[in-house]
Amino acid sequence: MNKKYYPYVLIAPSVLFLLLFFVYPFLEVFVQAFTSSDGQVGFSNFENIFTDYNFLPSLKNTLLLALVVVPVQLCMAIGMSLMISKMKKGRDTVLYILTIPLGVSDLAAGIIWLAILDQNGFLNSFLFSIGIIDQPESWLNYQNPIIIFAAVVVAEIWRATAILLVILVSGIGLIPKEYYEAAEIFGANSWVRLWKVTLPLLRPSLQTALILRTLLAFEVFAVVMLLGGSNMPVLMGETFNWAFNYQDTGAASAYAVVILALSIVFTLFYLRVLRVPKGARI
Amino acid sequence: MSDLSYDEILEKEVREANRKKKMWRWLFLSSVAFLVSWILFPIYLLAVNSLSSADVVNGWPKSFLPEFDMESLSFFMEYYGVLNALKNSLIAALFTMVIAIGLGTPAGYALARFDFRGKETFRMLILLTRAFPMPLLALPLAVIFINVGLDDSLFGLSLVHTALALPFSVLITSSLFLGIPVELEEAAWVLGCNRWQAFMKVVMPLALPGLTASAVFAFVISWNEVFAAAVLTVNNQTLTAFLVQSLSTSPVEVKFAGGLILILPAILFLFVVRKYLFSMWGIANR
Repeated sequence: MNKKYYPYVLIAPSVLFLLLFFVYPFLEVFVQAFTSSDGQVGFSNFENIFTDYNFLPSLKNTLLLALVVVPVQLCMAIGMSLMISKMKKGRDTVLYILTIPLGVSDLAAGIIWLAILDQNGFLNSFLFSIGIIDQPESWLNYQNPIIIFAAVVVAEIWRATAILLVILVSGIGLIPKEYYEAAEIFGANSWVRLWKVTLPLLRPSLQTALILRTLLAFEVFAVVMLLGGSNMPVLMGETFNWAFNYQDTGAASAYAVVILALSIVFTLFYLRVLRVPKGARI
Repeated sequence: MSDLSYDEILEKEVREANRKKKMWRWLFLSSVAFLVSWILFPIYLLAVNSLSSADVVNGWPKSFLPEFDMESLSFFMEYYGVLNALKNSLIAALFTMVIAIGLGTPAGYALARFDFRGKETFRMLILLTRAFPMPLLALPLAVIFINVGLDDSLFGLSLVHTALALPFSVLITSSLFLGIPVELEEAAWVLGCNRWQAFMKVVMPLALPGLTASAVFAFVISWNEVFAAAVLTVNNQTLTAFLVQSLSTSPVEVKFAGGLILILPAILFLFVVRKYLFSMWGIANR
């Protein structure tokens, strides 16, 4: 065999696989979303979901959640990665512990926080033992939408900061030490070094981290289901309801198209805002 | 004129600086301790719940120490459908692992060792998959799988999970092979190996730990995946699908025990590959 063909033979299986299980279903989502149950092409699925009373709340909740969670996580992750880059002893252990949530699904994270915030949960037991409440309070019910939202925020911060952390820690590792030495010689204190050296050079990592994290925020689903149930609809949860409980693939696909559209818009937004000029890469 | 001599001023300044340094150090260590317990304590509490009897789990107020009662866990294991779901999760994850490594390793090798037309396009395709909420692809595939007879099958599910894991596996293996000097391979060719032999005898042993890590990573991705599993499996539920679909019907102690069972293998596996976890994200980053 001609040596020229080696690489093509090697990538062929992956390409075929991705065409079959990424590109094709991706196009198929649109086909199904724009095909009504009687086989007509049109917007009937979208009319169905747009007029559903859960659509606007779920869109609002999803966006609001991303808006609150992602910036907090970004700040936390930057702080944590700076902290880790300063550590010598125990660095690996601390890094491993802080990245444990990478291996925890959002379902399991929801269960963990349910154990804490539930009516019979540990938070209530703690509040009882220090004398703030005298009987179990039910926090996570429909009368407290804000508390439910806050609970989901806490669970999400607990679960998904690790992914940002890992990307940023490796990004910081790529910044040459000489830049800091030079900055120090010119009299920059650590605050100035953070803003003038670390953050600008971290831009590619920040971009990747933000894109990944925001897309994951749009996929939030099981945490909300556990902590909020039907009291806090989100896009992915509604998609699941339409697909699984109402068995309406068309409407579920329409929801999927909405999520995909949001993802694309935000990806492009980050690519534009945090764009890295050619030649400014390390 | 001050009464203090130069030495005294100096000494005072040094003492002041030391005090400041100590304070910073203390602040630093306490924030490290805080963050570590912020991650570990919730997991500990879940373990306490799982290792307590149903009465205690549903009782109030709760003790923050486990009673080491196996009732919840054994009840969970005997709960209808759980054992099967565990087995299904395991099978789907193993399938995913094998397919993702089998397809991803050659592609990673091609990216690392060859320059060819379309390389950038291929890389774009790989990176594109990460800019989309992949679990959503389970929706159209559910319909397609019914037509080809793969509906409610673990193999079908693992194909979707492979779509999630394959990009990682390609990027990780390519960075792995990039780290192994091509000269080693060339030496093997000179000594009479063909490309395949050189790969198996020289590259493979060096790449094996990293390949294992990326396999483990694929396993964890499949093991943890909720949405596609819940949409695609009905009778052959995986553990995540089982827990989601029976949220409203299963008793709380089943949820807690299920949560712990779900978390433990992932934490263990990540511990085994912790060295790689980090470098694979560093590279996947680019």
